[in-house]
Amino acid sequence: MATGIKDKVAIIGMGCSKFGERWDCGTEHLLNEALQEALQDAGIEKQQIEAVWYGSAVDRVNVGTSAIPASTALRMGGIPVTRVENMCATGTEALRGAAYAVAAGVVDFALAIGAEKLKDTGYGGLPTGTRGTLNDLLFPVTSAPGGFAQLATGYRARYGMSKQDLKNAMARVSWKSHQNGAKNPKAHLQKEVSLDAILNAPLIADPLGIYDCCGVSDGAACAIVTTPDIARGLGKRDLVTIKALQLSLSSGREIGTGDWDGSYVLNTRIAAKKAYAEAGISRPRDEISMMEVHDCFSITELVTMEDLGISVDGGAVKDIMDGFFDADGRMPCQIDGGLKCFGHPIGASGLRMVYENYLQLLGRAGQRQLKNPVLGLSHNLGGVPFNCVSAVAILGLGDGRV
Amino acid sequence: MNAVGIKSYSVYIPRLRMERAAIAAAHAWAVPGLSAIAKGERSFCSWDEDAITMSVDAVRALLRSGSLNNINSLTFCSTTAVFSDFLNASVVSAACGLAGSMTALDSTGSLRAGTSALIRALQSSAVGDSVVVAADNRRAKPASAQEMQYGAAGAAFAVGSGDLIARVVAADSNVNQFTDHFRSTGANYDYHWEERWVRDEGYLKIIPDLVGKLLVSNGLSGAQINHFCFASTVPGSALSVAKILKIPADAVVDNLAVRCGDTGAAHPLLLLAAALEKAQPGDRILVVGFGGGCDVLLLEATEAIRDFCAGVSVSQALNDGHKETQYNKFLAFSGELKMDWGMRAEFDAKTSLSQQYRVREQVFSLIGGRCAVCGAAQFPPMPACVRCGALEPMSAVPLADESAQVVTFTADWLSYYPAPPLYVGLVQFDNGARTLMEMVDVEPDQFDVGTRLRMVFRVKDRDDLRDHLRYFWKATPVG
Repeated sequence: MATGIKDKVAIIGMGCSKFGERWDCGTEHLLNEALQEALQDAGIEKQQIEAVWYGSAVDRVNVGTSAIPASTALRMGGIPVTRVENMCATGTEALRGAAYAVAAGVVDFALAIGAEKLKDTGYGGLPTGTRGTLNDLLFPVTSAPGGFAQLATGYRARYGMSKQDLKNAMARVSWKSHQNGAKNPKAHLQKEVSLDAILNAPLIADPLGIYDCCGVSDGAACAIVTTPDIARGLGKRDLVTIKALQLSLSSGREIGTGDWDGSYVLNTRIAAKKAYAEAGISRPRDEISMMEVHDCFSITELVTMEDLGISVDGGAVKDIMDGFFDADGRMPCQIDGGLKCFGHPIGASGLRMVYENYLQLLGRAGQRQLKNPVLGLSHNLGGVPFNCVSAVAILGLGDGRV
Repeated sequence: MNAVGIKSYSVYIPRLRMERAAIAAAHAWAVPGLSAIAKGERSFCSWDEDAITMSVDAVRALLRSGSLNNINSLTFCSTTAVFSDFLNASVVSAACGLAGSMTALDSTGSLRAGTSALIRALQSSAVGDSVVVAADNRRAKPASAQEMQYGAAGAAFAVGSGDLIARVVAADSNVNQFTDHFRSTGANYDYHWEERWVRDEGYLKIIPDLVGKLLVSNGLSGAQINHFCFASTVPGSALSVAKILKIPADAVVDNLAVRCGDTGAAHPLLLLAAALEKAQPGDRILVVGFGGGCDVLLLEATEAIRDFCAGVSVSQALNDGHKETQYNKFLAFSGELKMDWGMRAEFDAKTSLSQQYRVREQVFSLIGGRCAVCGAAQFPPMPACVRCGALEPMSAVPLADESAQVVTFTADWLSYYPAPPLYVGLVQFDNGARTLMEMVDVEPDQFDVGTRLRMVFRVKDRDDLRDHLRYFWKATPVG
């Protein structure tokens, strides 16, 4: 009988590049920047890594969809290096591959590394391209904001909210993340923004304005994983272990049947439920210390609070306006600035979220440090709400043994 | 032999109407004389409309309105056919849900393409019904008289025997090298000769000659004509021709110049539709098509005209307009103004022809599937049911005429779209199917979750690299 990932894998080292418009860097530079930090943190040599999962979602600059860009950039030949892609959930997918390899007892040390170089397209926002021969025929183009803006429409319709009330709550989400991002030296956007500026910004996809959208950034992040026993053998005292790693993908039901009303993300609900079961969490609102969620857009974060079971359905707006998710609130969310301000290099984002939870659990988050966190949740969402990849990872202190 | 004639008709006029005064105002610095012809408005195509989509709209309304049976041919008539080699009528027939076992023809080459095809269909309609549709969307150089005069429209007729609203009395044609205007293959614009010469040497000599003989051979005089349809918008032309033929002035059908402009090959048929809308039983209707000679068709309205209701009548189509005063928008939609849409517009719209053929029923006919196990209607139909996952073959579910409503939507200003913002959202069909669609002709303040929608066939993408268009269905608010 399978017992899940809980307590089987420890993270012993993590790295995260500075995110932002890295005009001076290619993917190859970003990858090395993140890996050097992680190796130092772990206290192992690069040669000890036995397998790598490389996550990159849209980078076609190098050799295409293989892991060769990573194996050559990191000079890690002769070992399995696997490319994983699952849209914006790619970073969490890379971690899942590495963690499963360790949990299976196949390798002692595995690396999960994600990177994206988005600022070589010549324009803002995500790169566009063909969606395949069939989808190009049957479906309209949908930008990321165009997809997620529909979540706002669905949410507003379900709860009978006024456009302005929802807009105010969305603005409050972004305002909070800018407050947090201003305190993070690695963040892409390190500036506080007023609610007025957020509310009056130009529209990108109605009702999302420019400040309802996250930054599109260059960056890389990585994690070195091993077993708790090996970690202890290396002298690690505060163990950060993986408590849950779950993934859920659309079957087409949201986009293709009348079951879904557009007000929530079905697969986040499924992934969260499974993750809580895997981690043994029964009261997430009380037990989880902090969260890094996929706030690609303000409305995504708002809805995700309900999808993760932190806010009751229809209750996220109140929690947001009450400051429940602020840095000094009951459950800080996006304490590192989130996708909104830390930035969103697609393949790296899932690992960047894990990085912040890891730092916080180890008490190494500097001026952002929260008081005694014990469980950190990260949520990584790819695609659009009606056709998506949703990932939930939960980290905690210790492995259940003294 | 059964009488043959017209069984039904329906028209389509794009809802966009450009105010001529706004065109003239834009050119006043260079061609102030345009203000003299700046009366009324002209119809024009949105960026995603053309002769094919206008034809589809007209024919779909035609099929919805009448009890046609055994349609054995479809003729698409236009001087602005989208494809020179690839049967335009094949796209129209598929989008209208017509069977594959029929004759499909493209008729082109002059502004009488529509009348010639109509006469031909009438003469060969002994078995089953035929559909003739004419549509045109002609380009005109900025500041030209044609830019002011032209319009865009489509008109569809069902002909056959049986229940007729008008029977054929007679028809005739001649051929002539009179060149009032021409457009060479591959050229974008028409080249016109002086209007006075066109009228005096062309219309007033070529038409009366043919029509006069037809009237005499049928024992009729011009005075017995109740509706005279001659499509030229050269001022006074129809009246002058009528005068020579002794057709009463009040029988001359308004040429719609002020309301929608000269719609090319569609125009004679559009005027015929306007005449039928007003005709009383027994009225004689004379239709003339002109171009490289002329066609004449004489019809007589039957008793059935009294109770007949067109799919979309000319007056309905004229009244369903959206006034446009932004000349730059008109230019951009007409292809005369290359806008900088940014780097997002640089995507490759290459169509995989093998893929398109594999899903042709979905692309051209909006056919969904129904699961044989759980009964869920769905689009697009995939190998496994979206609801229950069963792999049983699905039965076809046509969705083009299925009513629907908005589930979610946004107005997307980021994505490349030639008429920003792009309205896109989930469309819920009443039969349970659902899909993500582009939404067009949206009035922002009257659009929300729950707005009722119907399906229209439009241009999806333009592939400028390969001179190819691809079509698909879009949702539009029910008017």
